Amino acid sequence: MLTQPFLVALLFGAVTAGVPLLLAGMGEQISEKAGVLNIGIEGMMLLGAYCGFVAAYYSGSFALGFLAGGLGGMAVASLVALLCVRLGLNQIVIGIALTLGAEGLTALLHHFQFSRTYPRLDEAPVLALPLLADLPILGPALFAHNPLVYVSVALVAFLGWAFRHTYAGLNLEAAGVKPAALDAAGISVVGTRIGAVLATGFLAGVGGAYLANVGAGLFVPFMTHGAGFIGIVLAMLARGKPLWVLIGAALFGLSLALTTALQVAGINIPTDIVQMLPFALIMLVLVVFARHSVLPAALGLPYERGER
Amino acid sequence: MGHTDGPPQSVRPAGADSAPVLPSPVLSVRTLTKRFPGVVANDGISLDFHAGETHVLLGENGAGKSTLIGMLAGMLRPDAGEILVQGSPVRILTPRQSLDLGIGTVFQHMLLVPSLSVIENLMLGGPWWQRLARGAAYRRFAELSECLGISLDPDLPVGHLSLGQQQQVEILRALWRDTRVLILDEPTSMLTPQGVRDLSAVLCRLCSQGVAIVLVTHKLAEAYDLGDRVSVLRQGRLVGGIAADEHRGMTEAQMTDQVIAMMFDPAHAPMADERAILLGRGNVHAPSVRRGAAPCLEVRNISTMPRTAAHGLQGVSFDLRPGEVLGIAGVDGNGQKQLAEVIAGQRAPSSGTVLVGGKDVTQGDVAARRNAGIRYVTDDRLGEGTVGSLSVAINLLLKNVGAEPFWHRGIADWARIRQAARDDIQRHDIRTRSEQTLLAKLSGGNIQKVLLARELGKAEGDVKVIVFSKPTHGLDLHNAQLAHRRIRESAAAGRGIVLLSTDLDELLTLSDRIGVLFQGRLVGIVDNGPGAGAAIGRLMTGAVAA
Amino acid sequence: MNTTWRVLLPILLALLAGAVVLIFLGKDPLAYYGYVMERGIFSWGGLQETITRMAPLLLIAAGLIVAFRAGVWNLGGDGQYLLAAVVTAALAPALVEVMPRALTLVICMVIAFVVAAIWSLLPAFLRARYGINEIVTSLMMSFLGISLANVLVKLFFWDPTTTVPQTRTLAIADRLPRIFGSNIHIGILLALVVIILVHLLMTRTAFGLKLQIVGASPKAARHAGLKVGALTVVTFALSAGLIGLAAAVEILGVWGNVRADWNPAYGMLVVPLVFLARLNGLAVIGFTFFFSSLMIGGESAARRIGVPQDFVLLLMGLVLAFLALVEYLDHRRRQRLGA
Ligand SMILES: Nc1ncnc2c1ncn2[C@@H]1O[C@H](COP(=O)(O)OP(=O)(O)OP(=O)(O)O)[C@@H](O)[C@H]1O
Ligand SMILES: [Mg+2]
Repeated sequence: MLTQPFLVALLFGAVTAGVPLLLAGMGEQISEKAGVLNIGIEGMMLLGAYCGFVAAYYSGSFALGFLAGGLGGMAVASLVALLCVRLGLNQIVIGIALTLGAEGLTALLHHFQFSRTYPRLDEAPVLALPLLADLPILGPALFAHNPLVYVSVALVAFLGWAFRHTYAGLNLEAAGVKPAALDAAGISVVGTRIGAVLATGFLAGVGGAYLANVGAGLFVPFMTHGAGFIGIVLAMLARGKPLWVLIGAALFGLSLALTTALQVAGINIPTDIVQMLPFALIMLVLVVFARHSVLPAALGLPYERGER
Repeated sequence: MGHTDGPPQSVRPAGADSAPVLPSPVLSVRTLTKRFPGVVANDGISLDFHAGETHVLLGENGAGKSTLIGMLAGMLRPDAGEILVQGSPVRILTPRQSLDLGIGTVFQHMLLVPSLSVIENLMLGGPWWQRLARGAAYRRFAELSECLGISLDPDLPVGHLSLGQQQQVEILRALWRDTRVLILDEPTSMLTPQGVRDLSAVLCRLCSQGVAIVLVTHKLAEAYDLGDRVSVLRQGRLVGGIAADEHRGMTEAQMTDQVIAMMFDPAHAPMADERAILLGRGNVHAPSVRRGAAPCLEVRNISTMPRTAAHGLQGVSFDLRPGEVLGIAGVDGNGQKQLAEVIAGQRAPSSGTVLVGGKDVTQGDVAARRNAGIRYVTDDRLGEGTVGSLSVAINLLLKNVGAEPFWHRGIADWARIRQAARDDIQRHDIRTRSEQTLLAKLSGGNIQKVLLARELGKAEGDVKVIVFSKPTHGLDLHNAQLAHRRIRESAAAGRGIVLLSTDLDELLTLSDRIGVLFQGRLVGIVDNGPGAGAAIGRLMTGAVAA
Repeated sequence: MNTTWRVLLPILLALLAGAVVLIFLGKDPLAYYGYVMERGIFSWGGLQETITRMAPLLLIAAGLIVAFRAGVWNLGGDGQYLLAAVVTAALAPALVEVMPRALTLVICMVIAFVVAAIWSLLPAFLRARYGINEIVTSLMMSFLGISLANVLVKLFFWDPTTTVPQTRTLAIADRLPRIFGSNIHIGILLALVVIILVHLLMTRTAFGLKLQIVGASPKAARHAGLKVGALTVVTFALSAGLIGLAAAVEILGVWGNVRADWNPAYGMLVVPLVFLARLNGLAVIGFTFFFSSLMIGGESAARRIGVPQDFVLLLMGLVLAFLALVEYLDHRRRQRLGA
């Protein structure tokens, strides 16, 4: 069973499945650092997937597709920014409402546009990294992907750096832990959080677009299938460290890929069991190595100056 | 100026100041007004603040001091009136604008990010798209620290610092940019005598450098020592003040008399003979210890695990007799909180036992200890003492939820609960719109009154021991006095009192014996009396009792 | 602004926005809305379906109100619901062969309650013991529960007489009794009683107040001597149990079996409803009726007018967003007036 083609397909699939989770997880991490619990990320990914697919389908450009996906995600995020950050409404409720709305909207649009034809995109462009791509097994599995994959991984490093070495990083931390302190230092808490939420929307939208355009090659209603929620899980477990989001996304990507790979290999256990693996693993880790969790103190709480 | 309880008078109208040497004020407010639902927190206040002067703001709890400061700092928007900087009107709509005008503020409740280091807290506020300018920040830090005589490790997370050290960080932050006006809202309420001395030195140095200082405090001795002039607020209005030249010529007693006359409604003014007690002058302590009685609280060899910042307890033992007040002195963070929590049952000791009235209650949780007769007034009034998002009425019964007669078989009798709350509000002079008001809307001192009312008000149950942790923190003179009286009354009624405080005067006023905690050990217990203060001072630095 | 307008205005705004979307898609909004109203409320058959659908929604709402008031974010409702549903569907046809129908129904409901409650214990324990955020853990348990439910149907409870994986079916005659010859089963009565009890529990009792204190500030609760850990676990179990009861009522009253990959996702749908009702058990009844009629009307409109059922989701999203907005603006207005 562990033949070379099987391993290559498995790892390749893991990367493909993991990238949207990575992008969503990093995005959610930015919001959570700033104290916004972005439950609407599923909706952002979904609208990103739809916009990304439409743009790529009509323009023929994958780059444009990703950009449109990011903007689609930002559109949903701007509602979160308005309703939750600006107006201080409950973040969990609005997040769920926006996810429901995005599900309805994209399914509806898809129904009227594509439900007869189910058009597909061409194969996504691939950038094989020189030298690395020639490695046995690992080369074709990890180093011959759509350029967005490498950009996403580079983003992990960049975020890790930016969190610690820029004023933006300090602002995010303060906005999440003690917003009044940030405000007193002369930085707008609302502005900081809006920026964070919009960045989340963009990343989640791009993730959705990747899922549709590269992962599937088409748009299907409800296609994110909880990927946004997995992003939330990854962000919370990563405790503010982008590297841990990457590790988590890889783990989940692998288990998703295993599901398909096993089916292809004709092994007959219900996919449900494989799908349970990463969640069961994380719960096990939590129970065995349970430590007190560290979440930003002001997570989920709206901020209003002078309010008490 | 002969101040009486007559109508409020304007202190020093602009330009009409009698001291010709003073330049025009750096910062002034004119008829500044701020309303909150149901209260006028600031009602047409006009004041001038001068360079090189310390201007003390006094006033009872809820008088509107923090509100005034909030408007100067850009945290609150005035409803009417104007603010002038060097004579020209400015609008301060955001904290950023306040900072840009050279106003630095230390707020009443700490505004630091505990997860960030000292230096990162100080750097907060730069343009977000830039890399952190750490090099420049360290230089500024060294410069300021030297100038103020502060020594701190800039890379330590703020959450690991003691309250006094956090206060220093706040002051550094307020001075981080070129600050012309430094505002401090009750900076000394959490500090030890030594901390207050350090702070005074810093403020004097700043004054001599030409910074205008605005200082809010409840301690008249501080107002006398540190202030160049004094203004008094009552119920949102400016009701009087003492000008700089006047202030220089006064004795402390004279000033105290004047201020007290201005500060309180005639109905609430403290008795003349009690002023001395309030100010910590002389010890009129009347002991009520029942020497022959069996101890009501025995603490045997208690140790706890150390937590990140504070010391764990190590082998702490003492007895407490009915009617006795045992003061516990020590610099904050030497195990006071742990000791209080172990007695109250909020923290399990790693070894040792606690006995109440001879019965071992070490295994009991908070509820069991309460049943055994222990009450605990915490010093963390916002964090654990109260629930800000619930009403005053519920907060008054927070530790009695489900108890008769307010609940019958678990069903609430809301009419009764609210009536009881109205009684408490009346009896303890809690300033609130109604018993239904959310607790968070009260001023700091009034929240403290809720806490005291809850633990002392109802004589339900058989109370044997009361643990007070900084009971008068943030209270104005009058309320501090009321609290002290209640503590004495409790002792006279035969209860044992453990009084943890960083205020040495308070301890000397109330205690029969005073123990000193140093690095988690009870290094000695001194009988209160002449010379006790000096002995405690020595113990607090770690010298072991002879 | 009075309460009626606070509820009606956002609904009207959402319908208006929805109409724009319909026109954009080339459909006649008036025809669509008319049809939905007719099928959801004004036809006897539709009304019966609407009321029937309310039963599980109300029970879930009851479960969520208990949790949210105590500051426990039980977002694992879908997993709890499905597991309870599968166990009910597996047990009922077997039990009814050996014991009376009434007893079967009661036992199934109790077991559904217990199964769902058990599924919530791990997140509850982790939160109570280590302070681990329950949003994440309950979501993960939900994903696990959904998968496990499918595994159970496919590997253990697959009715051998069917080709697609599904459990055995409870005969219609053995299901929950109907009310006065209508098609409405008595689950709705149970749901109404439960939601009113929950409302009283939260507003009138010491237990409810304790939950509120724990929800608002666990530190203060600990200081006040409340057993925070135990209360958290009890809250979680009660919340999940009621969601499990919702599943049992739906299976015993309507479906009679569970097919693999069936997931109505009510757990998420009800979250916004209970918030719009401000965690008030009585107000939630009205919102649930509205939402339920929209679902039922939308389902038949999808077949007749060719606007897919998903439009209802969009509409719900819009109603919620507008409602939130109106509530907020009203709150601001009252704040200004009060100042
Ligand atoms: N955000 C707010 N909302 C409602 N009422 C407020 C608010 N802030 C202050 N108040 C009210 O305004 C009045 C003045 O409060 P303020 O905090 O200025 O008093 P203070 O003089 O600082 O008292 P303390 O010595 O107790 O700190 C109080 O009655 C308080 O309840
Ligand atoms: Mg104040």
